[in-house]
Amino acid sequence: MDGSSPLQGRIITDQQAENITRVEELAYELKVNEVMTKSIITFSPDTTMEEALEVFRAYRISGAPVLKDGKLAGIVSIEDLIHCLQKNDLKSRVRHYMTTQPLTVRGSDPIIEALKHFVSYHYGRLPVVDLDNTLVGIITKGDITNGILKALQHDYQEEEVRRYRASHLFEDIESDRSSLILRYTIKQGDFLHGGAASSAIKRALLRLGATPQIARRTGIAVYEAEMNLIIHTTNGGVIRSEIEPHQITINVYDDGPGIADIGLAMKPGYSTANEAVRELGFGAGMGLVNIQRCVDSMRLESVMGKGTSLKLKILLPKKETVGEGNSNPEEK
Amino acid sequence: MDVSELITLIDGKLLNHSANLTREVKGGCGADLMSDVLASIQPEAVLLTGLCIPQVVRTAQKTDVAAIILVRGKVPPQETIDLAEKEKIALISSPFGMFELCGRLYQSGLHSLEMSVTDPDCGCEE
Repeated sequence: MDGSSPLQGRIITDQQAENITRVEELAYELKVNEVMTKSIITFSPDTTMEEALEVFRAYRISGAPVLKDGKLAGIVSIEDLIHCLQKNDLKSRVRHYMTTQPLTVRGSDPIIEALKHFVSYHYGRLPVVDLDNTLVGIITKGDITNGILKALQHDYQEEEVRRYRASHLFEDIESDRSSLILRYTIKQGDFLHGGAASSAIKRALLRLGATPQIARRTGIAVYEAEMNLIIHTTNGGVIRSEIEPHQITINVYDDGPGIADIGLAMKPGYSTANEAVRELGFGAGMGLVNIQRCVDSMRLESVMGKGTSLKLKILLPKKETVGEGNSNPEEK
Repeated sequence: MDVSELITLIDGKLLNHSANLTREVKGGCGADLMSDVLASIQPEAVLLTGLCIPQVVRTAQKTDVAAIILVRGKVPPQETIDLAEKEKIALISSPFGMFELCGRLYQSGLHSLEMSVTDPDCGCEE
């Protein structure tokens, strides 16, 4: 967080990396007044050190701000108390031992500001003040840790809730037949985004509780079809996938140019792709063959000059239905 | 073998940060034709390829690839690195060529996760 992270130069795992970035983000997102302690014990400059000692003991705290006329005048800590005990001077007033003009932070500052002070000066606590130096709270390292932990837990629960909701999607909806339809428009020649739609479908299926095998089969089949739209069509096309608890139906269609000989197109290794497409690792003439191997049924229809329609169906076995609470624990 | 051991073995350079380096690599597959990869690769493999386009990562995401090795020290375009970052798949560049890399990995106990064309199963079922 201060540039010389102790994690530097060490191999960190995915999860650690994820959490670190989130914690770092939180250090900038969370504000001091969201994590600080608002009910504060304060002293007046005329409180005796003996009284301060009693308060520290009774409330198990190790420091407190000193207020004069409602404004922050200083801060007194256990260290000041030790100093005072060494001189056997407990009858003295806190104003003689307190740190005057203490370092402060504002409530609206991100907690990273407080962290910087803690790292640089080794203070245990910082008074929080508003614009006219009125004390509004106090912040410790413990407050920051608690604040971050709470925020992380909140994030985690949100994702859990989202996944749980998706995996039970169809349970609470009553109809004779419910389905979720995902549509993607694919542009001709858009190699940069080629495969984005099929990635999204795969992710959606996993979230809905599909097994990794079903998600993988669907992902591969749709990816091949998606690349076909990018490579071979005149104006691109549409992928429409309809997800039902017991089956996934995918319809990929375009408006041309159409396939001249479907029998030939289905032959392994037959391809009409040009050299540029092959350089990108596609056009090996395996696409349709590959799709067929991944799905339970496939229907390909094409009219020259009109367009092509590819209909795919993947059946989900009884125990592997999606959206009905069969969330798969192996899901990544 | 996990991904961090794999990196050491091939003098590899990790190009993204989001990948899980303790992920187990169960075997390998080497190809420049993504259609071949889609047709033959089994889950949890390391994918060796000379292609650097984002489609390599898309293919890897679809086929549950554990790590991608770019052969001959290739440096991919930023889009590819960004996508690997997003998909949390290790993207590694190694100075060695495809044959040398396959040899090293095979000798270290990583066997083929490429299905032969005679195998009728598409590798999607368990």
